Amino acid sequence: MLRVESVVKSFGGFKAVDRANLHVNAGEIVAVIGPNGAGKTTLFHLLTGHLAPDSGRILFKGKEIGGLSPHVICRRGITRSFQVVNIFPRLSVFENVQIAVLSRERKTFRIFSPVKGMAEEEVLRILRSVGLFDQRDVGGDLLSHGDKKVLEIAVALSGNPELLILDEPTAGMAPEETERCIRLIRKLSGESGLTILFCEHDIGLVFEIANRIMVMVRGGTVVQGSGEEVRRNREVQSAYLGESG
Amino acid sequence: MRRSAAPLLLLLLPAMLLALPHVLPRFHTYVAAIVLLTALLATSLNLAIGYTGLYQFGHAVFYGVGAYGTALVLTRSGMPAPVAFLAGPLAAAALSLAMGLICIRLSKLYFGMLQISLGSLVWAVVYRWYSFTGGDDGIHGIPLPDAIASPKGSYYFTLTVTAVCVFAMYRIVRSPFGKVIQGIRDNPVRAASIGVDVKLHQLASLVIAGFFGGVAGSLFVVVENSVFPDMMFWTFSLEVLVMCLLGGMYAFFGPLVGAAAIVLLRVYASVHTQYWSLILGTILTLVIIFLPDGVLGVFARRAPPKEDRGA
Repeated sequence: MLRVESVVKSFGGFKAVDRANLHVNAGEIVAVIGPNGAGKTTLFHLLTGHLAPDSGRILFKGKEIGGLSPHVICRRGITRSFQVVNIFPRLSVFENVQIAVLSRERKTFRIFSPVKGMAEEEVLRILRSVGLFDQRDVGGDLLSHGDKKVLEIAVALSGNPELLILDEPTAGMAPEETERCIRLIRKLSGESGLTILFCEHDIGLVFEIANRIMVMVRGGTVVQGSGEEVRRNREVQSAYLGESG
Repeated sequence: MRRSAAPLLLLLLPAMLLALPHVLPRFHTYVAAIVLLTALLATSLNLAIGYTGLYQFGHAVFYGVGAYGTALVLTRSGMPAPVAFLAGPLAAAALSLAMGLICIRLSKLYFGMLQISLGSLVWAVVYRWYSFTGGDDGIHGIPLPDAIASPKGSYYFTLTVTAVCVFAMYRIVRSPFGKVIQGIRDNPVRAASIGVDVKLHQLASLVIAGFFGGVAGSLFVVVENSVFPDMMFWTFSLEVLVMCLLGGMYAFFGPLVGAAAIVLLRVYASVHTQYWSLILGTILTLVIIFLPDGVLGVFARRAPPKEDRGA
C-alpha cells in the first residue's frame, strides 16, 4: 500500500532522513522505532506532505505522493495524528470531528446551510467508538492531555483513511491512558481492518501491537521485519536495544 | 439569567431601532445610522480576523473602495442607483480578491503588513487623483434617490441593509464554511491535514469580508452624502480593529458592541473634551487586562465540564 524508497531530506547540512526505506501492506500495523532524533517524525512529515523530500520516492497505492500538499494527500487516503497535540482548541470536541467529516464530504464551501446537525450521526458514532461521547460539547482545549491525544486520533479517523499515521500516540500519557489508547489502536485495526503506521518510544508497546517494525537510526533504515527479526538483528542490538539487554 | 434576557432583548432591540427616528431628533438619528454601518463594517472585519484568524490590518480600504465605487457611479455615470449600490461592494470584493492573492502567500504579521502597504497604495491613488476621485477633497453632494435622501429614509435603508448583511454573516459563521474557517484560525496545519485547502478558504473569507466591508462603505454614502480619502487611511483600519478587540473577536456580536461603543464615545465625548481618545484608551486597557476576550467574549466561552457528570 505504502512504499518508501531511499528517501532523503536534509535541513542545511544535516540529513534528517537519509535513504529511508519502508513498506506497509494493507491491513498491517507497522511501527517505526529509533532513538531520539533518528528522523521518525521527519519521515512522517514527508509522508503526509508537511515536508517535501529532496530525493527518493514515496508511493501510495502505486502513485507518487512525495511533495504533494497535505490536503491533497489527505484526500488520497492518508490521515494522521501529531506528536504534539494538534487539535482545534476553540472548537468543541463534536465540532473538531465534524469539520473533518465535512471536509471529507467536500462540503466546506457551503456558506448558507446551517452546520448544526450536519453529519451528526457519523460524528457521534466516531466519538462513541473512541470513547469521547460524553465530552462532545466540551471545548477542545479543556480536555485532559490524554483525551486530546484521543481526539487527535478521532479527527484523523474522520477522514475515513485507508492509512492512519500516528506520531507517538501515547506520548505524555498516564499508564491507564496508554492502556486505553492501545486498546483503541487494536480495535481500529481489528474491527475495520485499518492500516496503521505509528512511531513510539515505548518499545514494549511496539512489540506488543505491531505486526512489523522498522528501525531507524540516524535517518536511515536499519532493518524492517517482524518483532523476532528485529530482535535478532545485531546492528539493532548495538544501536538501540543494546542498553536494555 | 442570560437565557431569559435574550429573547426579550431580541424583541426590544428591533422595536427600539425601528422607532428611533420618530423619537430622537435628527442628529441622533444620523449618529444611529453611523453606528449601524460601522457595526456592519466591524462585523465584516471580524469575519477575517476573528473567525479566520487572518491579520486583516487594512480593512478600511474595502470600506473606502465600496464608498468610492458607489459615489463615482452615482456622480459620474448615468446608471441607476441600484447599480451604484452593487458596484461599490463588488469593487471592494474584487480588490479584496486581488490583494488576497498577493498577501495570502505570507502568514500572520507579514500578511498584515503587506496588506497595509497595498492598502496605502490604494489610498495614495485616491488621495492624489484629483480629476477622478476628487483627491483629498473627496466627493460631496452625491445625488441619491428620493426614497433614501431624507434623514429618515437613509436611516431605514441603512438599518435594513445592515440587518440583512449581519444576518447573512451570522448564517455564514454557522455554516460548514464558517466552522472550517474557525478550524483554520485555530490550527491551519491541522486543517490541511484533514483535507482542507487552507489558502482557498482563507481567500474566500477575505472576499466575503471585503464585500460586506464595501456594503458598509456604500451605506456611508447614503448617510453622509459624501466620501473622502481618510475613510480608507490605515489608521481607520486600526480603529475598526480596536472595535473588534473591545467588543470581543470570538463573540459574533462583539464587534457590533465595540463599534457602537467607539462611535458613541467619539461623538458624545468629543463634545466635552478633545481628549476623548484618552477615555477610549483607558477603557481599552482595562478591557484587555480584565476581559481579554472582549466585553462579549466573557459569555462566549464554553463552560468547563461539570465535575459530577462523568462519575
